[in-house]
Amino acid sequence: MSQRVGIEVSIALAEAVKMANADVIAAYPITPQTHIVEHLAELVADGELDAEYIPVESEHSAMSACMGSSAAGARTFTATAGQGLELMHEALFVASAMRLPVVMSVVNRALSAPISVWGDHSDVMACRDTGWIQIFTENGQEVVDNTLCAFRIAEDNSVLLPIMVHLDGFHLSHVIEPILMPEQRYVDAFLPLNKYPLPLDPAKPVAMGDFAPPSIYTEMKWAQEKNLQKSKDTILKVWEEFNGIFGRQYKPVESYRCDDAKILLLTMGSYSETAMTTIDKMRNKGYKENVGLLRLRLWRPFPHDELREAIKNADVLIVLDRALSFGGLNGPVCMEIKAALYNEAIRPKVVSFVGGLGGRDITVADFEEIITRGIDIARNGSEQEFEMFGVRE
Amino acid sequence: MEILEPIAIRIHGRGGQGAVTLAEIVAQAAISEGKYAQAFPSFGPERRGAPVQAYIRIDDDKPIRIRAGVVFPDIVVVLDPGLLNIVDVTSGLKENGILVLNTRQNFDGIDIKLGDKQNLAIIDATSIAREILGAPIVNTTMIGALIKARDVVKVESLLEPLNKRFGRLAEKNINAMKKAYENTLIKERKAIG
Repeated sequence: MSQRVGIEVSIALAEAVKMANADVIAAYPITPQTHIVEHLAELVADGELDAEYIPVESEHSAMSACMGSSAAGARTFTATAGQGLELMHEALFVASAMRLPVVMSVVNRALSAPISVWGDHSDVMACRDTGWIQIFTENGQEVVDNTLCAFRIAEDNSVLLPIMVHLDGFHLSHVIEPILMPEQRYVDAFLPLNKYPLPLDPAKPVAMGDFAPPSIYTEMKWAQEKNLQKSKDTILKVWEEFNGIFGRQYKPVESYRCDDAKILLLTMGSYSETAMTTIDKMRNKGYKENVGLLRLRLWRPFPHDELREAIKNADVLIVLDRALSFGGLNGPVCMEIKAALYNEAIRPKVVSFVGGLGGRDITVADFEEIITRGIDIARNGSEQEFEMFGVRE
Repeated sequence: MEILEPIAIRIHGRGGQGAVTLAEIVAQAAISEGKYAQAFPSFGPERRGAPVQAYIRIDDDKPIRIRAGVVFPDIVVVLDPGLLNIVDVTSGLKENGILVLNTRQNFDGIDIKLGDKQNLAIIDATSIAREILGAPIVNTTMIGALIKARDVVKVESLLEPLNKRFGRLAEKNINAMKKAYENTLIKERKAIG
């Protein structure tokens, strides 16, 4: 049902969008997202993908065009990165509040200034509260699989929300690696046609994103929030069905060698793979503590229950953020996790690291240092609320 | 039990010389053999002529779970001899690693300090590329030197990725690769003591 190929992750992603048979792609090229939209433009130009490709003049326009096409009931895709995502910012809120199932790949990139084209999660974190479903991926297979799942989740009539599928710039987007590319007929079986319930239609006019006075705005926002929270049921169902067809299971919080682990590291995105190798190494050489890794796949809606379940036996939880919350207590993911655990009767010591900014590598050896230093901080304290890993002062 | 690490290869070239393409083709060949492999550039805005790096990791039987550049390579491939003066190409090269060098020099003429157990392979790839391709673009030629130095992939496995990448120019690139494979000289050092 699948063919194993050595392919660049960006190209595989574009091929997944083709297999999903997207109707409209509106995008503005920006490093490191470029290869995705270049390849899609090529597929459309060559007639391999029967879609409308709209080369817009900015990311704000890209999202605006996507909203129009999605509202008309078209299966809609875009991709961006870093500053491009921030230029979309205003429109992101509109897409989610208007319940438009746009699928967007975000090739995670640091924010200016100074200019950095390299990867981190600053762009994601700035868009945390935009009301989009947000899924993180760690390797090319997960990118392809979750791009397919994203259309299915977004367009489910119980969800109707836009989705960001996050992949790390360069460290994931530009890597050639083996990926099982599914056969079209299995994708077709998994992903039905988009049936948007109230598409724009001159014959049946509807108003979208209308004006809301104080008497109704609160109710609109509460309905939106409940809808996003409830979308987790569908996300789980879709991942389950995907597993039934393709044999790969995704979960909101994924555990690696955690069964007997009292020390847990938590990461998001592609660096999680390096962290897994570190866990293997530390266990194989008989490190005195049992260490394990949690990977947060579902960033929004935040999987509170799954997280609490995953950490219930841990003494120490070390969180690596790849973004700063300037002037905040910790990295943004760590703050969220602390908040989720605060009311638990029994909870681990939580230690916050920020690192891997602007594309800086975190090696297998670096992760070991983060873990051992994290254990030390948990037991002996630190003068700082969080540590900036590897920084030169 | 110690886990065997993937073979790590670092390629040094200049922007426009095709270091990234070299990495891509070798990784695709390894994947077609059923192995696990990854290839990626040293990430960034590439500028023609500036020193660049690309990386390959190959593992016979398990997925590669490292998302970071190659710091401790088993093999270093240098596409441009002029880089030796400006880049520390042997940085982190493993104790028993091998440096694969495009050079017009013979072994005696190469002024580079290697460890006691480190090995050296040399090929005049620029002359081969000029002769066969008509241009001094040595990336495909250097694939021949690389696989002669260490048989990380089979020659036959490279044919499909080369054909796919170069189309009507593939045959010339394959010939250049094969000629380099035949002509690469290797100096294997014996471990001391």
